[in-house]
Amino acid sequence: MKELQTRLMPHQRRLLMAVPWLWLAVFFMLPFLFVVKISLSEPMLAQPPYADLIRSVEDGLVTIQINLGNYALLWEDPLYREALWGSVKVALVSTVLCLLIGYPMAYGIARAPSHWRLPLLMLIILPFWTSFLIRVYAWIGILKNNGLLNQFLLWLGVIDQPLAILHTSTAVYIGVVYSYLPFLVLPLYATLIRLDNTLLEAAADLGARPWRQFVSITLPQSLPGVLAGSMLVFIPVMGEFVIPDLLGGPDTLMIGKLMWTEFFANKDWPVASSLASVLLLVLVVPFVLMRHYEQRLAEEQG
Amino acid sequence: MASMSPSPADNVWTASDEEPIVRIEGVTKTFGATYAVDDVSLTIQRGEFFSLLGSSGCGKTTLLRMLGGFETPDSGRIYIDGQDVTDLPPYLRPVNMMFQNYALFPHMTVAQNIAYGLKQDRMPKPVIAERVAEVMALVQISQLAERKPQQLSGGQRQRVALARALAKHPKILLLDEPLGALDKKLREQTQFELVNIQERLGITFVVVTHDQEEAMTMSSRIALMHDGRIEQMDTPRRMYEFPATRYAANFIGLVNLFSGYVTEHEDDLVTLHSDEAGCDLQVHHSQPLASGMEVTVAVRPEKIRVYEQHRDLPNRIHGVIEEIAYLGDVSIYHVKLASGKTIQFTQSNVQALAEQPLTWGQEVALGWSADSCGVLTQ
Amino acid sequence: MLKKHPLLVLALVAGYAFLYAPIISLVVYSFNDSRLVTVWGGFSTRWYGELMNNEPLLEAAWMSIKIAGLNASLAVVLGTLAALALVRLRKQRGHQSLGVMVTAPLVMPEIMIGLSLLLLFVAMEDVFGWPQGRGMLTILLAHVTFSMAYVTVIVQSRLAHMDRSLEEAALDLGARPMTVFFTITLPLIAPALGAGWLLAFTLSMDDLVIASFVSGPGSTTLPMVVYSSVRLGVSPQINALATIIIAVVALAVLITGVSLYRKEMRQA
Repeated sequence: MKELQTRLMPHQRRLLMAVPWLWLAVFFMLPFLFVVKISLSEPMLAQPPYADLIRSVEDGLVTIQINLGNYALLWEDPLYREALWGSVKVALVSTVLCLLIGYPMAYGIARAPSHWRLPLLMLIILPFWTSFLIRVYAWIGILKNNGLLNQFLLWLGVIDQPLAILHTSTAVYIGVVYSYLPFLVLPLYATLIRLDNTLLEAAADLGARPWRQFVSITLPQSLPGVLAGSMLVFIPVMGEFVIPDLLGGPDTLMIGKLMWTEFFANKDWPVASSLASVLLLVLVVPFVLMRHYEQRLAEEQG
Repeated sequence: MASMSPSPADNVWTASDEEPIVRIEGVTKTFGATYAVDDVSLTIQRGEFFSLLGSSGCGKTTLLRMLGGFETPDSGRIYIDGQDVTDLPPYLRPVNMMFQNYALFPHMTVAQNIAYGLKQDRMPKPVIAERVAEVMALVQISQLAERKPQQLSGGQRQRVALARALAKHPKILLLDEPLGALDKKLREQTQFELVNIQERLGITFVVVTHDQEEAMTMSSRIALMHDGRIEQMDTPRRMYEFPATRYAANFIGLVNLFSGYVTEHEDDLVTLHSDEAGCDLQVHHSQPLASGMEVTVAVRPEKIRVYEQHRDLPNRIHGVIEEIAYLGDVSIYHVKLASGKTIQFTQSNVQALAEQPLTWGQEVALGWSADSCGVLTQ
Repeated sequence: MLKKHPLLVLALVAGYAFLYAPIISLVVYSFNDSRLVTVWGGFSTRWYGELMNNEPLLEAAWMSIKIAGLNASLAVVLGTLAALALVRLRKQRGHQSLGVMVTAPLVMPEIMIGLSLLLLFVAMEDVFGWPQGRGMLTILLAHVTFSMAYVTVIVQSRLAHMDRSLEEAALDLGARPMTVFFTITLPLIAPALGAGWLLAFTLSMDDLVIASFVSGPGSTTLPMVVYSSVRLGVSPQINALATIIIAVVALAVLITGVSLYRKEMRQA
């Protein structure tokens, strides 16, 4: 087929590649160079609020002033380290929670009678189409002190004092798991539904009981899907801002929220940029992992 | 096509002086390190029903796709009706293809599918409508005009694909496993229809198939391909009666092969000795063979007779019947020779309930004539 | 199959309850007469009335719809080009890097995209004098960049599953490559283009973080208004807004579902 393409589209072919490539290069990749650049400059009370790296051009000499102070600050001030650690913790724990809830759901949908599958899938996707912000907001009404959950538990008599959930880490976990669950269920379902049913029958025929069948056949076969899907949750949660901002409290330090504060409240663009640079560096590893497993999945599909 | 009775000495399809409709000269095509097509040359005459036969991966489909313009040869030239089309894209070639999976456009009706090619030629609408109606009548699908491909049976789809490819009156129709997706009964019936349509329209058909029976039934000539090369190119009859190589002999029909060496070559009669057969064998063969040359004798199972009934046969072997497979019309007997080799021969079951003259464990003497077998040097 | 696994059924029921309880609570309390969102004060539609008189919110909604529509159309064009390049030009230079650049926006935290693009826009204005200031245009550029990646994924999977012999058949019947694209390829991937358009529209309508970075005065979008209202605590008007959004989405899904179902029935 490549032969055909070469002959049929001599220059269109190059154009076809160039247009989306250039768009993404300019508006997606290039901006990160500026993030790194600004992270190396000094904050200033100005508009924009940073000093240019290139200070002066005199006698053909270009003076470049690189300022590593922002990174030193990140290293010295425990606030930033805690925020990074907080993000890693929230992302890791919520990914695991999403898996624990999402895997049985995906498995259940894949095993449901075929005419049930489409409606069940639609129900997973449907919340995704309604506003993310508003869905996070809904949890405020549920989790706050006189919210629905506390009213319900009080009515049941399980508790006699309202639980303080809103503005704690618990609320953040609930919000994250709630928002990112579909991202995991969908790829998991896609992997599980492709699973060859005769493999299970063969295992059963060879004497494996249902639980053994699941552990020895289904689970290993779905592992690439599990890992790719996990990264789909882990990576964006690392930089999550809305959920910790609306549901979290003083005990939830996350890097995304900190970046927002540095940028909008403190107007410290260089520190926000250096935080972004660090986060970018941290995210490279899970991103590479995700690409790896996605490509493996694609290969397995043929 | 049936009128072209092939005679061993003279072949109508290769002896013509007319410019062939297809001329392939030294075409090679590699995919990575594998040779899909390896230095193939052949010509196809106007009005032929030509089959490219072979097992999967032999290069037959690649060769067909090069005729259609979907692949470019690495080297060699392809001429269609005298014109060099090697570098011509598919849409500029005077050929049309019927795809293996039919490739019917799912978003168009049957009539729109068939009209598609005509529209590309910017024909006036009435002409298109007329042509579409004509070709639908030809393949008997007029009542399906407004259906979508998803609403058709496999057989109906096959007809639509054929109609679509014929609508443009191509100089050559390329068919990639045209009957592959049909069940056995429908396949046999459609074979004859394809031949009828081909004879009526006089269009040259080039068919790719892996089914030797299909190729034998329909073709004027067959090119048997193996590992990217043409193993043998001949009429179906000569292909069966005079296979050129061991591979060709084995690919088409059942065959018994005896290896041996030449002891004598007089006029057109070769005498050779075979340890496998346990005796000397006589074969008609016109090409000179040197004494002592290693050769193989090929005998079809139906050419072998029980010796008692035909005492004049020059080739005679002895063995014990090991197995009998009753197939209804014929029975196949497996006979173990003294050399340890097992051969097969068939007998027609002429009488329904007559007692079988041959049974398990029975010793038999078998024979065949010198002109009902062939010598293979490769 | 499912009947044999009561635990799986339980997991499904609990999972769906978790997904839908917040949404249902939003809808129910949008009809609550009381200002205190979680205390039932009787049925009322007054918050819908107040919502309709909330000028800044309506203006922001209109701004968001304009951006989302333009964004979706641009993203579909660029995303389709990217998908074609990814599926069809595997040997071409840039294929590998395009694959990375298309996957990365899918997972990249929005705050990173927002911050980095703002810095780019500031630098570009400094050097080229374009884009002048920040507003609708910069939001649009930013939204197209990340939503085209989603379109690419949808169109890519459709293209990958498309039977290539259909296009070969069209070429064989005399259609030139451009004609093949418009008469065969495009109609066959149209459902994916439609889905991609809707998704890109939704993503743009929904985005708070990126827009907050790259917007300027006079280009406040709906999520930005919702956010500033929500920060101050629960507000029944937001519940009413949520209910309207949910109703629109549910209706769209229902129509699509029914038409799909009908189509299947007709073909069966």
